[in-house]
Amino acid sequence: MTKPLENAQSIAREIARVHADDVDRQARFPKEAVDALRSAKLLGASAPVALGGLGSSVTELVAMCQALGQACSTTGMVFAMHHIQVASMVLHPGTNGAMAKYVKEICEKQWLIASVTSEVGVGGDLRRSACAIETTGDTFSVVKDATTISYGAQADGLLLTARRSADAAPSDQAMVWLRPGDYTLEKKGNWDTLGMRGTCSPPFRVTAKGKADQVMTEPFSDVGPLTMVPFSHLLWGGVWLGLATEAVSRARAFVRAEARRSPGAPGANALRLSELQAQLQSLRSLVYAMADEYQASLVNKVDKDLLLSVGYALRLNNLKLVASQSIAQMVTAAMPICGIMGYKNDSQFSLGRLLRDSFSAQLMINNDRIHMTNAQLLQVYKDDS
Amino acid sequence: MDNQIRTILKQHGKLGSDAMSLAEDADLYQAGMTSHASVNVMLALEGAFDVEFPDRMLKRSVFESIRNMRAAIEELTGGR
Repeated sequence: MTKPLENAQSIAREIARVHADDVDRQARFPKEAVDALRSAKLLGASAPVALGGLGSSVTELVAMCQALGQACSTTGMVFAMHHIQVASMVLHPGTNGAMAKYVKEICEKQWLIASVTSEVGVGGDLRRSACAIETTGDTFSVVKDATTISYGAQADGLLLTARRSADAAPSDQAMVWLRPGDYTLEKKGNWDTLGMRGTCSPPFRVTAKGKADQVMTEPFSDVGPLTMVPFSHLLWGGVWLGLATEAVSRARAFVRAEARRSPGAPGANALRLSELQAQLQSLRSLVYAMADEYQASLVNKVDKDLLLSVGYALRLNNLKLVASQSIAQMVTAAMPICGIMGYKNDSQFSLGRLLRDSFSAQLMINNDRIHMTNAQLLQVYKDDS
Repeated sequence: MDNQIRTILKQHGKLGSDAMSLAEDADLYQAGMTSHASVNVMLALEGAFDVEFPDRMLKRSVFESIRNMRAAIEELTGGR
């Protein structure tokens, strides 16, 4: 049996890469690649074998994101966002074990799960909600105006944040699992963007109802910092690492072709490539070191104290800041190496799509917001350990 | 010391309930203290008790209740 990571890598190479330019040009969902991931049972990669998943480690998931992201950033990002949701359910099954039951169903049916965290009127703050869950007996209902839902129209189910009840504070949030048929989506705008065009992420109004056990018992104030935020920054980091790897690989192919035409001492482009390669190595080390550390904390039954420390929050935020800034720099640095061949959209050395996609990284959770958080944490952090 | 901690919580904790009457082991994060607010509480405690929390103490468990904060401050002041 081939391993899940090898399966993801071959889907990336043989399917995602083939359709990447069309997905970008038409701003369409990467259906071929997601169908292939589904057929290979990879939509259950982050769930344990006991629940019908593949039991992949965080480090393996990051490697899958890297492979898919290298071939098609959109496909990589869809895969990453899906697994951030699944992992949030897997790791917070709740006192009643309801989420484990639902994860099993997700794996069995290979449903694709989208995230509904953004909301009109909360200014991009993940940790505040305006909408509230209304519970009546053993059913609930909720209506949320999301500023963006990536692949909302293509997903089979949604994981949504809301205030736990009508009288709860904005920060007193719970996550709600919405099964197919539990909700309707009303599209409130378009998704015609510079990059990441195939993620299809317009604003929607979600109107939902379901059974009360679909509301996670654990508060989002735990699920967020323990699982959703680390998984986001790590899996996004994998996708971005893949994107940067592709840009460097195109630059390297260009330099190599040049060298073959006129062998001799390395020219200016080869030196630029050398700089780029060093930057890529440093990003790769950062992403995998953070993934290994987080994986170790999961194996140790979630070292809550570590994950809820100021130091860890800072380091995780820094991963996001460094990775998101450096990929735009790397694609930009690859451009003068490939020259006009990089500038052209129809050349094998083309960098346009990668450059446009790379700019999304500093905006998905705006880096300014993360810098503001870090600036605050640094008022108490001493870096003394 | 409890009163000083409670006053700081009242000023900076953004709690949903009254800081002056909370049980000393009540979970402050459950009571509405955000991580943002908790940093302001840490800063105010450092100022009021003339201590510096080392990084190993900068985690949620230390600041999740009045009792735990008091224990941390007592450890740092050595009962001075």
